Amino acid sequence: MAAYSINVNGETKKVDVASDTPLLWVLRDSLGLVGTKFGCGIAQCGACTVHLNGTAVRSCALPISAIGTSKVTTIEGLSKEGDHPVQQAWQEVDVPQCGYCQAGQIMSAAALLAKNAKPTEEQIATAMSGNICRCGTYHRIKEAVVLASSKMK
Amino acid sequence: MLSFNWSDSVAAIINTSSETLAANVDFNSYLSISPDDVVTIFSPNPELGQNIKTSFPMVVAEELDADWKKVKVVQAALDVKKYDRQLTGGSGAVPHSWERLRKAGATARHMLVEAAAKKWNVAASTLTTSNGFVIHPNGTKLSYGALATDAAALTVPTEVKLKNPKDFRLIGTAVPNVDNKEMITGKPLYGLDFYREGMLHAMIQRPPSFGTKIKSVDATAAKALPGIVDVVTFKNNVAIVGKSTWEIMKARKVLKVEYENAGNIESTSDHDKLFKELLDKPEATVRRKDGDVETAFKNAATVIKREYQCPFLSHAPMEPMNFFAHVKADGVELIGPTQTPDRARMATAQLLGIAPEKVTVELTRLGGGFGRRLQADYVVEAAELSKLINAPVKVTWSREDDMMGGSYRPAVRYRFEAALDTTGNLIGYKLRGVGVNAGNSTREDNFPSGAVANLLIDSIDHQSPITTGAWRAPITNFLAFAEQAFLDEVALAAKKDPVQFRLELLEKAKQSPTGAIKYDIDRMKSVINLAAEKSGWGKKKNLAQGFSVYFSHRSYVAQVAEVEMVSGNPVLKKIIAASDCGIVINLSGAKQQVAGGIVDGLGHALYGQVTFKDGAAEQRNFNNYKLIRYNEVPQVEVHFVDNGIDPTGLGEPALPPTGGAVANAIFKATGKRLYNQPFTLQEEMKGVKLGQKM
Repeated sequence: MAAYSINVNGETKKVDVASDTPLLWVLRDSLGLVGTKFGCGIAQCGACTVHLNGTAVRSCALPISAIGTSKVTTIEGLSKEGDHPVQQAWQEVDVPQCGYCQAGQIMSAAALLAKNAKPTEEQIATAMSGNICRCGTYHRIKEAVVLASSKMK
Repeated sequence: MLSFNWSDSVAAIINTSSETLAANVDFNSYLSISPDDVVTIFSPNPELGQNIKTSFPMVVAEELDADWKKVKVVQAALDVKKYDRQLTGGSGAVPHSWERLRKAGATARHMLVEAAAKKWNVAASTLTTSNGFVIHPNGTKLSYGALATDAAALTVPTEVKLKNPKDFRLIGTAVPNVDNKEMITGKPLYGLDFYREGMLHAMIQRPPSFGTKIKSVDATAAKALPGIVDVVTFKNNVAIVGKSTWEIMKARKVLKVEYENAGNIESTSDHDKLFKELLDKPEATVRRKDGDVETAFKNAATVIKREYQCPFLSHAPMEPMNFFAHVKADGVELIGPTQTPDRARMATAQLLGIAPEKVTVELTRLGGGFGRRLQADYVVEAAELSKLINAPVKVTWSREDDMMGGSYRPAVRYRFEAALDTTGNLIGYKLRGVGVNAGNSTREDNFPSGAVANLLIDSIDHQSPITTGAWRAPITNFLAFAEQAFLDEVALAAKKDPVQFRLELLEKAKQSPTGAIKYDIDRMKSVINLAAEKSGWGKKKNLAQGFSVYFSHRSYVAQVAEVEMVSGNPVLKKIIAASDCGIVINLSGAKQQVAGGIVDGLGHALYGQVTFKDGAAEQRNFNNYKLIRYNEVPQVEVHFVDNGIDPTGLGEPALPPTGGAVANAIFKATGKRLYNQPFTLQEEMKGVKLGQKM
């Protein structure tokens, strides 16, 4: 066990965990931020996607020891009121079915649009193909990313 | 490590059913109204993405004439006194509950009107309702909240008038999912999100191979690791109990368990061989027999005989399996994602030898189910462990546990035979299904049964230690592909257009039916015609179209898949669906049920398979159990037949037709017939690069 101090959603959080503990389980088991989901544990499904300094990463395969001073943003910290353009678009398009993967989908989409506010269809496909939706809401995900893109300032 | 109060921040949100405001006035099991006009509607059935938590309350609100903006939906806990059929499966909730939900809303509306009539001293028949108000002929209004207390004190009417569906104003519109805000902000909704102070975490090592049992357990190294509370062996399980998920995951890696054979050890190669033997076996369980099949085939001008095989599939819901259990001296608390809370309750009571009334089940949202969460194994296991360690515990399955731990869609092989006369009439039809723990792998009364004078449908089942279970659209999820692909070949042999061929058979079933007909001929025709019309069937020059139509779970869905050849390779461009589920309750939810069902059906037809080697699943996570992704999905177009018939379900019916439509389109584009799933791994697809474009 070791003491770590990490920056999550703009706040400093102290945790005492083994150095190989994936960020996913620090968020969920230690910090109570359960919006970041466990899906596969091997960085294949994208349910655990968070931002590390604004880049989408798979928190299930990222040990706490590798975080350092990087800024972690989870779905809970994407916006204060749940009104990030991507979150707004997700609601307007009525994307979720079971909803389990959607936090990860939203984090992937938000990271894409932060870097490239007007992505092409191909760029959207590349960014979103790392996130599995077992319910098959991909058409609505596409529609919502396009809508969110139109909302980006 | 836990620096804040879980019971406030997490558990309270999940246990929503117990947080009804004390000031609320209860009208019945489904709804209560608060003095400030908030209508609370309880949704009893488990929500796993079929959108029942939005569509059920819409029905109640419609008949109540509630203001949807003031409706608050609450997931009800298991309550066998208040609700019946509190489960999710078989696309059955909507047809089962349609009338009782309408009555729940209409009864409360009736009582609110009566209360207003008394207050105003006028006849109830002069009053109307709209958007949460009772309205006097002079325009004066009283809100439901203001009337609730008086209304609830009135005698509950035994008969109430339901709305004419023509007057529906909420039903049939697109209403967003009631949990959207919580889902997109990452609120704790699912079973895995449930935490409680003092709760322990556990993972269970189950036998990696079906047909084996524990020989010895050495947990010394695992127990010595930090955060590990105990390692408990029960039945064929070794549970590692600890303080956090990662600590138990790590301890699992050093746990040593030896297994020994305790039954048949089977591999996929054994099943492949077995299927061929069973297809030729003289005896089978006859499911349906009409006319004289032998003579029909003897007299046939053309006989077509084809075989189709499908592999085992994992349900792989995105939320890995899990459940919380707390066995206490005075009862058992179960909290988590289950499609069948009452089955979980009964199985737990039976295992522990206690009265079912001592067991409570709180329903979280389910991160998918697809049939896996119909089983109670993972609930009972958590309860048994809680009793053994005398502590509240949440059991979490890894993805590998899920894929290796069974309840698979059974592997099945079919042989179809058709006899045509000299003019291309279908005079004989045979189907044999053989499967591994599949039960009856046929659906003997499905089309084209009833349209063929001489018909024989039988099946043989092989009992195996590999556990199987219902997988979204059980049996039909593969049977439909085989049947619709076969009919395509038969139509071709009869020199008929595939759509025309099906319509002619249906006309025959109507004019001169053979045996019982368990589907509605006109409804099936109407989806065929709608799909043909919307797709411009046979009129598109550069596109190869494939057709499929299927009746399952009481709804009818026809699909046309469109493939374009691009640089010598087939590209799946679009799937057009025409569905008849009667009245569409929520247009947004319904459209996505169809689109999602198509994506699910396509993904598993293209990629899905679990193979076994010496009793163990070879695919154990998403790196080699491939699920369809964003860039592999074609466009989807969804249409509904508008016929005003009482609604049926949509959670399953759109899935079965997809594989057949796609296979038939690929054949038309490339000349290659697909007989086995998953398509992308078949010999026929070697060197063929199948593309998709959304």
